[in-house]
Amino acid sequence: MSDTTPLNSNAPALCYHCGQSVPDDAPWKVRIASVEHTMCCPGCAAVAQTIVDLGQESYYRDRTAYAVSAEGAQQLPPELQLYDNADPRFALDEDSRESTFTVEGIRCAACVWLIEKRLARLPGVDSAQLNVATEKLYVRWHTDNCKPGDILGALHGIGYAAYPYDASRHADQQRRAARTLGRQLFVAGLSMMQVMMYVAPAYLAEDGTLDASMASLMRWASLLLTLPAICYSALPFWRGAFASLRARSLGMDVPVALGIAAAFGASVLATFSGQGEVWYDSVTMFIFLLLCSRYLELRARRKAGAALERLQHALPASASLLENYPANQAITIVHAAALAVDNLILIKPGEAVAADSVIVEGRTSLDLSLLSGESAPVPKQKGDAIPGGAINAGSMVIARVTRRAADSTLSDLIKLINRAGGEKPRIAQWADRVAAWFVAGLLVFALAAFCAWFWLDGSAVRAWPIAIAVLVVSCPCALSLATPTALAAATDQLLRQGVLVTGPQTLETLHRATHIVLDKTGTLTWGRPVLQKTQQLAAMRADFCLQVAAAMETGSAHPLARAIVNAAVEAGSQNWSAAGLQEVAGCGLEGMVHNRRYRLGSMQFVSGISGLPPSRAVPDGVTPVYLGAEGQWLACFHLHDGLRPDAQDTVDYFRRHGKTVVLVSGDDDALARRVGDQLGIETTVGGYLPADKLSFVQQLQRRGCVVAMIGDGINDAAVMGAADVSFAMGSGAALAQAHADAVLLNGRLGAVADSARTAERTMRVIRQNLGWATVYNVTAIPAAAIGLLNPWLSGVGMAISSAVVVLNALRLRKLR
Amino acid sequence: MEALYLLIPLSVVLVFAALWVFFRASDDGQFDDLVGPALRILQDDDLPPPHHK
Repeated sequence: MSDTTPLNSNAPALCYHCGQSVPDDAPWKVRIASVEHTMCCPGCAAVAQTIVDLGQESYYRDRTAYAVSAEGAQQLPPELQLYDNADPRFALDEDSRESTFTVEGIRCAACVWLIEKRLARLPGVDSAQLNVATEKLYVRWHTDNCKPGDILGALHGIGYAAYPYDASRHADQQRRAARTLGRQLFVAGLSMMQVMMYVAPAYLAEDGTLDASMASLMRWASLLLTLPAICYSALPFWRGAFASLRARSLGMDVPVALGIAAAFGASVLATFSGQGEVWYDSVTMFIFLLLCSRYLELRARRKAGAALERLQHALPASASLLENYPANQAITIVHAAALAVDNLILIKPGEAVAADSVIVEGRTSLDLSLLSGESAPVPKQKGDAIPGGAINAGSMVIARVTRRAADSTLSDLIKLINRAGGEKPRIAQWADRVAAWFVAGLLVFALAAFCAWFWLDGSAVRAWPIAIAVLVVSCPCALSLATPTALAAATDQLLRQGVLVTGPQTLETLHRATHIVLDKTGTLTWGRPVLQKTQQLAAMRADFCLQVAAAMETGSAHPLARAIVNAAVEAGSQNWSAAGLQEVAGCGLEGMVHNRRYRLGSMQFVSGISGLPPSRAVPDGVTPVYLGAEGQWLACFHLHDGLRPDAQDTVDYFRRHGKTVVLVSGDDDALARRVGDQLGIETTVGGYLPADKLSFVQQLQRRGCVVAMIGDGINDAAVMGAADVSFAMGSGAALAQAHADAVLLNGRLGAVADSARTAERTMRVIRQNLGWATVYNVTAIPAAAIGLLNPWLSGVGMAISSAVVVLNALRLRKLR
Repeated sequence: MEALYLLIPLSVVLVFAALWVFFRASDDGQFDDLVGPALRILQDDDLPPPHHK
């Protein structure tokens, strides 16, 4: 931080925490690392004490400046000035505004203290509250002497990055839904516990010892306390049942609602008439337990959606525009949406890239974790493309915008995600249909059980509780609830591994696939040249030659040049510079490195200074680049389109799992066959045009095969659309056109094998859930029908069963 | 025994009172953030500022 006070350790009159002067009679002292230090105010003392209590004393040892005092925050970062009171997002009434800000970097109690205290001192701020769990700050302020920029500036001054939170209606709704469900759960729990107290005497008393009037009093009390549970807590079930009946289908809420209604209705009748059994305890307990598993499921889904939500908030709102660079280095802060192609922008450390661009100056490393799942920062230098939404984790760079923010890679991703949300997976549709039949059968069965017992006993005394038990004990949850939960958990898990699933059927179909069709160029191989080996032609060391070549090629964007530079960087770049570089189009480069003249390029071009060319044959498919000095041939760089390092593992994985791997390539047959043989692929066909590939896939499908296609997404669009399930290697422009069901965001081929593994696990979990549901329902429903289960036992059984399937589905989030 | 005729209705009333209190607290956002208030207690707003201003 540039605006902190420099550390001055040998001045006893200064506050040890913030560096301000300490009043003479200051009583505030904190023992830090067994030395008593004086503080200027109780605030600093509290923060210091908190830091000590948290075991963070090392902060004082390691710090290079005093903690920022409020006065240090006066300089505003210009991008924060963009927000003003006219923004409709903030409107509250005539002269006051309110907003929720997302604050980054909340770590401890001191943060809360610091932020709220700081904002409370800001003129015009009415209230400021920080929610630690969600990292959201709620502020209310007056328009006449405060601006949003001031608030953000104040936060910035004490070291927190904050930005207005776009509280979309959807997120707001979600929050309210969770709050309502929590309340319903609380009410059901309270009502369950109280009702339990009132029914205890009836259970404990021996026959005849409980006074009739006392029993009646207990029943009335139970009835009153069951009412909140019925009228408020059970609302989700009433609504669910009503909605599904209106849609002329039988959802899983129908038997639940019927069971509750039947048990409660019969109990009310018994209470009024003074004879017969009451089941208030069963009703409240059933509502409570069922709400518990709903709550669990809601939270799981919310967590699964969090990764996608993060993605949607990754694009920054503003950018630093360099209007007259390089003549004038002045920065203008503009809205990211206003950036046009070829604008130059400055990306500071810690900032997100506002739009897809190419670095024109500087080198840095980028955090692409949101976009690709790759957690380690990726080094980028001049000439490299950087996607919008990436975080600059290194030093300042200048970049040229290549696509508008609205068309950036991240926007395309978000469009893909939105597309994915619309459709329901086939297996979930199937589960819904089966659940509907299941519920219909169950209702008939409950009615039949009631009639049978009524006929046997001649009265409803036993028939009624049995019908209730049958309705309550059945558990269609494994079908309607657990399948979507499993699929959501798996999708979230895959996104964290860098696979964006956009098609609804992806996991299911990938699991069923019999044929894996792979494209060669760009899929099994990098799709660009890589340095295979450096052949020495003289006594000069190969790595030395490579560094010389890299020094000459640094500024070039040619694919062969990039390959050499990348290889040099991997080998540990020396950053040598070349002087007097001359490029001869189509031939190569000439320049001075360490005062020696070199030529790099084609054999003929290099022989211009190096003399007669060496008579070494170059293997097929390899592009040679020669390096020579005056009168001496030095090295020959063998460049070819190399196999991806995980190609072999991926092919092996699918072969091991009994799938037929097919390599289909547009390159000539011999070249395709060589790659195929190298990887051990049985079927290799080369020389196929896109139309040939399409008919090849369709032919396979006519024979009943399920085809998974993996390609690079651009020229294979038609084939990908035709295949049953398709994966596209994700990179830049390819995304927008991808007709794929899944995009490999990090360009790692091995992610396909990961997806297959996750798909297998997901299907296994779904099968386990279905199996459990079958076993449970087949045993529990007949047991209830012959009178072995009373209503409360049925309620417990049903709640446990639904918790089992939801928890089982959630295992998918944990496994790697 | 007769006391129960008073106590049980009283307990019903108490439970409803508890529900009312819970709803009010929930409306005020009492349960939205279960961590922050415990930290906020550190603020010494009630003490007069010891120096300047």
